[in-house]
Amino acid sequence: MLSRILSEDFPRSKALTALLLVIVVSLALGPFLYDGIRAFTTLGMICVFIMVVAAYDLMLGYTQIVSFAHTMFFGIGAYGVAMAINGMGSTFGAVLVGVCGALVVSFVLSLLLGLLSLRVKAIFFALVTLAVAFAFLSLVTQLYGITGGEDGMRVRVPRELGPAFRPFENSLPGIDVPTLLKGLFTQPWNMGQVWQEATFEVRFNGRNVMYYVLVAMATGVFLFLLRLVNSPFGRVLQAIRENEFRAEALGYRTVVYRTAVVILSAVVATLAGAGFALFNRYVNPENTLNFELMVFILLMCVIGGMGTLYGAIVGSTLFILAQNYMQDLLSWVGQYTAGIPLVENLLGEDHWLLWFGVLFVLSVYFFPAGVVGQLRIWSLRRRNRKAPPPSGTGAEPVVQV
Amino acid sequence: MTDETTAMATTRTGPVSGQERRSPIEWLRAQREHRAHLFLLAIMLLASIAVIDFQTWLVLTISGVAMGAVLFLMASGMTLTFGLMSVLNLAHGAFISLGAFAGGTVLAFWLNGYASSPSLLTNLVAIIPALLFAAFVAGVVGLVFEKLVIKPVYGDHLKQILVTVGGSIILMQLIEVIWGPNEIPVTRPEALRGAFMVPEALPLIGGIVLEKYRLVAVVLGLAIYAGMLWIIDRTRIGILIRAGVESREMVEIQGYRIHLLFLGVFIAGSALAGLGGVMWGMYKELLTPHMGDEMMISVIVVIILGGLGSIRGCFYGALLVGLINLYIGFVEPRLAAVATVGLMVAVLMWRPQGLIPVIRV
Repeated sequence: MLSRILSEDFPRSKALTALLLVIVVSLALGPFLYDGIRAFTTLGMICVFIMVVAAYDLMLGYTQIVSFAHTMFFGIGAYGVAMAINGMGSTFGAVLVGVCGALVVSFVLSLLLGLLSLRVKAIFFALVTLAVAFAFLSLVTQLYGITGGEDGMRVRVPRELGPAFRPFENSLPGIDVPTLLKGLFTQPWNMGQVWQEATFEVRFNGRNVMYYVLVAMATGVFLFLLRLVNSPFGRVLQAIRENEFRAEALGYRTVVYRTAVVILSAVVATLAGAGFALFNRYVNPENTLNFELMVFILLMCVIGGMGTLYGAIVGSTLFILAQNYMQDLLSWVGQYTAGIPLVENLLGEDHWLLWFGVLFVLSVYFFPAGVVGQLRIWSLRRRNRKAPPPSGTGAEPVVQV
Repeated sequence: MTDETTAMATTRTGPVSGQERRSPIEWLRAQREHRAHLFLLAIMLLASIAVIDFQTWLVLTISGVAMGAVLFLMASGMTLTFGLMSVLNLAHGAFISLGAFAGGTVLAFWLNGYASSPSLLTNLVAIIPALLFAAFVAGVVGLVFEKLVIKPVYGDHLKQILVTVGGSIILMQLIEVIWGPNEIPVTRPEALRGAFMVPEALPLIGGIVLEKYRLVAVVLGLAIYAGMLWIIDRTRIGILIRAGVESREMVEIQGYRIHLLFLGVFIAGSALAGLGGVMWGMYKELLTPHMGDEMMISVIVVIILGGLGSIRGCFYGALLVGLINLYIGFVEPRLAAVATVGLMVAVLMWRPQGLIPVIRV
């Protein structure tokens, strides 16, 4: 059963399994385990970016197509929904029209981009997508008549997805895990009180409904992509990644496969963008189309581990946690370094990205397989040490990540 | 290999010096094939002059060439690093910002007194150190950057893209750490401010107003282009660079330390990016840490248009981008960026290797 669901692509590492379980449980029970609006938003963003990064990994990790136009499709989805709701009112019909319209636009644009890759080779393609995405960004920023320009648009979501909607009469019980853990370590003799502090009431409203829609979308997309990369289609993609020329010589039309991957990943990014617009209820160029966002997606994909879909889960979770909570960490460190002129500045809470950049470059050098890939390599090594392979294979075992 | 050389031979030799008379259409077709860059430039100039009235057109053209000159400064380093070592440095934009901030510091803080005095000579005391300091800072950081970030990932394009994107984040953040996250206004030196009018008496061009700074940018850009062409075409270093672009291994076999050459080119390229950055900063009179990133798109379009690795292509690409920006910006400002990218896509459809291809990717 589990093997069917995961398409026989298991985490293959105990540490990774544990990490994934923690993340999945946290996401599934999120609103009941973490108190406060900030934690709630963080959880929602993780769901959105799992979709975006998984789709990006399909291109970057499995087929080795470097595209910088991923945010463009994300933005098309977000703006499609926002504009449809703006024009047609807050109904589910408008949402449907927006999503369908955005999907059509994304499909056409990605088809054109995919066909462009007929003419230009790998590194050119990366540069061309970068330029196209920029042109799109500038167009959205300039056409303030329909997109709101720099100010962006508020998305008035249907009532069922807004905070005013209450599906349940009573509030539900919740238990705040961070408070509980903190209490467990600081005052374990006083668990009764800690427990009391940690419990809180969840007023389940339309935003939580939207959150669970996102969770369902992310689950569906992830399992679908997992199925896809472990199918014969996925094998061809990996063959293209390893050696495109040879894949073509074997009779696969690599252009068709590459175009299909570009389109598929654009479609998923569009869906994620629509989900983002409905969850965040505010869309502007900075949170959907910016080049910086594109870089963030790239970082998530690489840190999680390219060519492993589980990497999308781990990478986006780690990155978004860092984005939201590393400032707290830095300001905590900042208490102790205040007064030292340059250090104080370097550890300023606004500069979390600096440290993330350093971590990123170091991880590309030393752990090019990312978190997931590295955990798998370690676990494989340990297994091989326990049960040495039959003699004759000799050299370092081939590691498939 | 043979395929490569023949392809290059056909694109390099230019029109066949045929004695026989040919019809103008054939001549045009030959021009289109062999001098694609000039052909495209001519089309753009002619098409725009048909739409815009002459005096405006002249002002726009000069401004476009000025922008092209600054773009050329920024893009030349990137195209050469790619051509020579096939290193794609996406952190190039950070060097542009870095140069702008370094030069801006000289102008706005250290030598502010000289920069704001009305005499040209005193101004130069501020401008020249600003330009040199920008180039110096960008060059030194380029040296460190090459050693620390780029050297470990030679030959792996994907990793290059990743680490240079990471390096670009680090550099941008360091700029914010040092200069603060806010925008810094930099006033142009007195002598470069304002404009002058062509006397009314002159026919055709009488009465048009030319901004001084743009003329300076044109002159500086042309001077650096000429100097670069001289180095590339006439000096020993230039021969090595050209040979390295075509075949790195062959140069190595001859006993030259290609890495040292590459390091030099990388430093020079970073310094030129810094120079372009300070020129751009003086043009905008406002420094933001992300100004380099914003220029990166134009830079990328320029080097793709020109053909990666080609200095001449880079120059013409920069001119084309500068001109189309100004022309389209005049007709419909909102479409300038789209037109730039549209030009690139159109050229790529026509010539996937760029206008003056040097290397095959």
